[in-house]
Amino acid sequence: MNLVTPDAGLLFWMVVIFGIVFFLLAKFGFPIITGSVEKRNAKIEKSLRDADELEKRMAEWKQEQDRMMAQTRKEQSAILREASEERSRIISEAMTEAREKSEKMISETKVQIAAEKESALRDIRKEVALLSVQVAEKVLRREMESDPARSAFVDKMVEEASQASLKS
Amino acid sequence: MIAALLISLLLSVAPAGAETSSIDVPEIIFGHIGDDYEWHITEWKGHPVAIPLPVIVRSSSGWHIFSSEHLQHGGSYEGLRIVDGKIIDEATGKRPLDISITKNVLSLMFSSLLLLVIILLTARWYRRHDALEEAPTGLAALMEPLVMMVHDMARENIGERDYRRYSPFLCMAFLWILFNNFLGILPFFPGGANLTGNIAITLVLALCTFFTVNLTGTKHYYKEIFAPDVPGFLKPIMPVIEVFSAMMKPVSLTIRLFANMLAGHIMILSMVCIIFIMAKYGPLLSGGMTIVSVLFGVFLDALECLVAFIQAYVFTMLSSIYIGLARVHEE
Repeated sequence: MNLVTPDAGLLFWMVVIFGIVFFLLAKFGFPIITGSVEKRNAKIEKSLRDADELEKRMAEWKQEQDRMMAQTRKEQSAILREASEERSRIISEAMTEAREKSEKMISETKVQIAAEKESALRDIRKEVALLSVQVAEKVLRREMESDPARSAFVDKMVEEASQASLKS
Repeated sequence: MIAALLISLLLSVAPAGAETSSIDVPEIIFGHIGDDYEWHITEWKGHPVAIPLPVIVRSSSGWHIFSSEHLQHGGSYEGLRIVDGKIIDEATGKRPLDISITKNVLSLMFSSLLLLVIILLTARWYRRHDALEEAPTGLAALMEPLVMMVHDMARENIGERDYRRYSPFLCMAFLWILFNNFLGILPFFPGGANLTGNIAITLVLALCTFFTVNLTGTKHYYKEIFAPDVPGFLKPIMPVIEVFSAMMKPVSLTIRLFANMLAGHIMILSMVCIIFIMAKYGPLLSGGMTIVSVLFGVFLDALECLVAFIQAYVFTMLSSIYIGLARVHEE
């Protein structure tokens, strides 16, 4: 039995059967399987890539968010600081203004008081002078009445004195 | 190694006159690995149980189609007779055109049908289910890794550009060889035929690769064979070498698969035969040898399962590499 001589009958059948099976499987078998699996592989790959992309974008968003938060916080503190400065400025301004006004009022009042005091003193002085003059006149008159010569003299003196004081 | 030493030791102990064994070992072994016009299944009460197969012959007297029963035990029928396991035309004494459905042909039909059904069922799963939504189940889950392994191998070796064209052939070659290798190891009907250890089968497979490579090669591939870029004095030699190398590729593919599978079958059968050879050398020897040969047989069967896969893989990988080499494109 020769093992290394190919048998013609088996060759014939092998070519026919292998050919038919190959034709059928190459048409209806393998391409369908490999096609579906390749499609699935492509989908898996795409999904993985998409997930990666998404993750990257999420990280970017997170960074952006953080950045915005930090900026907002900075702005907030700046605004607060400005506000407090403004407030203290306004308060101090108001205080100085109030102080100035009150000082001015006080000084005006003082001047007025002084003026009124002056005038009151003058009135009083005038009143006192008149009173003392009238008192002196009455005293003198009583004394003079007893001495008509002296009385005439005194009258004349008082007359002169009152005229002199009115002139001055 | 120890077992091998044990075998040689026990064999040397055997009596010198024991060569006249009642068992014809070459007959058994070659009967198993060779082709036959009937499918011998077993022996039952002294009578062989065998499936007679149709004989289809075109002899000098025209076409003959009949059951191989008529040719049993060296009988002659319609001027035909089996001599040395082959049908001979008695009128001319030569081989007629013989396309009988022999044991190997039947096994070939069976395994091809099995492959066809399995792959079509797998393909049907993908047709009926959305592979993007569902994971494959059952047969599809079993076959998908094998098919995709070859498909990916094709992509690696042939290149992204046109591997899809060749992937079906490589898948077909791989799965067909794998199926037949495993069916060959299977010791009972419908396995047991030594298909991939038959040179006619491996020759056809290798020629498929050969024609695929050389009929679909690129211009660049032929240029490398017939007008390679070499110094002037090598110009007349290189085409000869290249053509020879192209011719040797299918030869090496043929011989590699054929010899590996044939050797595996012979080794396993020899191990089994040892049990029967030793049967008449007394209980001690035959008992010891039975244990050794069973252990060895199990080991060889396991090895053959490995070899069955490896040889299918190697054949496919080399085919894909050859195709890849023929699909070179000028950069």
